[in-house]
Amino acid sequence: MQSELRILPCGDTGISVEFGSSIDPAINARVRRLFSVLKSGNHPGILDLNPTYRSLFIQYDPWECSFESLVQTIEECIQSSIEPVENAGAVVEIPVCYGGDFGPDLEEVAALHDLGPNDVIRLHSTPVYQVYMIGFTPGFPYLGGLDQRLQTPRKSNPRKTVPAGSVGIADRQTGIYSIDSPGGWRIIGKTPLHLFDQGRKMPFLLQPGDFVRFVPISGEDFAKHSDR
Amino acid sequence: MRSILIAKPGPLSTIQDRGRYGYRSWGVPQCGAMDSQALRVGNLLVGNSRGAAGIEITMGGFHVEFQCSTHFALTGDLSGALLNGTHIDSWRAHPAKRGDFLVIDNSDTLHTGLRTYLSISGGIEVPEVMNSRSTYLRGEFGGTGGRALRSGDELPLGTPAGPPEDFPAPSACIPSYSPEPVLRVVPGPQDDRISPNGGEVFYSEPYLVTERADRMGIALSGPVIDLPCGADIISDGTCPGAVQVHGNGQPTILGADCQTTGGYIKICVVISTDLPLVAQLVPGSRVRFTQVDLWQAREIYMQNEYLVRNFIH
Repeated sequence: MQSELRILPCGDTGISVEFGSSIDPAINARVRRLFSVLKSGNHPGILDLNPTYRSLFIQYDPWECSFESLVQTIEECIQSSIEPVENAGAVVEIPVCYGGDFGPDLEEVAALHDLGPNDVIRLHSTPVYQVYMIGFTPGFPYLGGLDQRLQTPRKSNPRKTVPAGSVGIADRQTGIYSIDSPGGWRIIGKTPLHLFDQGRKMPFLLQPGDFVRFVPISGEDFAKHSDR
Repeated sequence: MRSILIAKPGPLSTIQDRGRYGYRSWGVPQCGAMDSQALRVGNLLVGNSRGAAGIEITMGGFHVEFQCSTHFALTGDLSGALLNGTHIDSWRAHPAKRGDFLVIDNSDTLHTGLRTYLSISGGIEVPEVMNSRSTYLRGEFGGTGGRALRSGDELPLGTPAGPPEDFPAPSACIPSYSPEPVLRVVPGPQDDRISPNGGEVFYSEPYLVTERADRMGIALSGPVIDLPCGADIISDGTCPGAVQVHGNGQPTILGADCQTTGGYIKICVVISTDLPLVAQLVPGSRVRFTQVDLWQAREIYMQNEYLVRNFIH
C-alpha cells in the first residue's frame, strides 16, 4: 500500500500527496488521516490543506518551509498516524425532486442506459453514499458509491449556469451543486436544502466522512420545503 | 469615520486582500488579489500591513472621492492616473485630502494591463468573512456583501499600521509586465499525461487569451495539446496558476477564485512570481510558456520575496 504513495510538486507553493489512483474508501481514509494530523499539528509554512478522493493538496509558503522539509514532515506524519479516522457517521437525508425542470437530464440518462426515469430515481435514491470530499465550490459534496447502471459521462458541452441545489451525475460520482455555477454534470433532480448558506452558524451542510441518502419528493413537497 | 466614496466603479471593481486561507477543505476558493504583488507593494507604500484590503479595479473607468485626509497608492500595469485632473505616478504613495477626486481611466495610454490596485492608508475595513475581506462574487460573500462595488458605496478605512513611504517602489519590486509575456511554469502534477509531441507544441507555440477570462480562470486558444489518455482524472486539488487542459486539448490558467478541486489534468503550474503577469493578461494578447524546475522556481521566489521584504527602510 505504501508503494503507491506519490508526493508531487504543484508549482512552487503546492504539493499533492497521492495515496492511490482510485475512488476507494480505504485510500480516502488515509487522505483524511493525513489531513487531520497535519491540521492539528503546528507546521509553520502550511497555509491550507485540501483533502480529496485519493490525494491531499497542501498550499505552503516557501519562505517558511522548503519542499524537502515538507516531504519529510509528510512522511513522518504518515508513519506516526496509525489511528484510523472515525467517520463522522451521520446519515443526512437529502430530499430531491427528480426530473422536470429540476432534473433536465433525467430522461436522457434513463435513455442512455435503457431504463425508465423511475428506475433511475430508484437506483439513485437507494444507496447510502459516503461524502468523500467537499470541493469545487463552497459545500459541494462529492459522493461515491453510485450504482454502476447509472454511470454516465459528463456533458460534452457544460452548462453556463447550474442552479444551486441541482443533483448531478458524472461517471461513478454523484454530487449536489452548492451555489449557482457553471457545470458539466448530468442534472437529474434538485434539493430544496441549502448545501451552503453563509448566514448559517455552520455554513456547510455536509462534511467529509458523512453519509447521504436521497429521498424522492414531489414538486409540492419541494415548494413546501422552500417556503420554510 | 474615515472613508472613501465610490463615484464610478468601472466595469468590475472588488475589495480584495491577500486571500482566504484555511477553508479550501470546505470548497471555499483562495480568492484575494489576482496580482498579489501589486496589492502587497501598494500596502507597503501607504504604511499598511501586507494583509490589508484594497480595491482591485478591472479595466479602469474608476472614480473615487476621498472623504478624509489620507495617503493612497496605485499599483498594477499602469503608469499613472489623475488626481483632481493632475497626472500622478503609479507605484508610489500620494497624499489626498477630503474632497479630492481620483480617476483611473481606461481610455488613455496610461493603462496597459487589465487590473489596477488602489491601496489606502489603513486599508478598506469591511468585516472579515472566513478570515478574509476578499470579495468572492460566485459565492456572494466577502467585501461589500459579496458583490462588486457600486456608485455611492462609502467604504470605511482602518487605522494605518505605520507612516507612508516617501520613495517610489524600487523597479525590482514591480513585476516585469508585458503584453506578450513568457510565463515560467513547473511541470506537473499530471505532465505525464501529455504526449512528447503535445509537450513540444505547448512549450514552443504562443497561445491566445480568449474572452473567457475572469477571476476563476483564463481560457487560452492555440495548437491542440495531444492527450493520449484523455483529459479526465479523479478530481483532486487545484490552485491558482495551475494550467488545466480540457478534452479539446486547449489550456486554461486557473485564477484566484478557481474551483478548489477539478477533474481535468493539470500539466504544469505557473510559478508564484509570475502570477502577476497572468493577472494582467488582456483578451486578444498572446502568452508563451517555458519550463523551470522546482529549485529554479524557489530561487526566483526567494529573490523576489527578499526584495519586497527589504524595500522598506
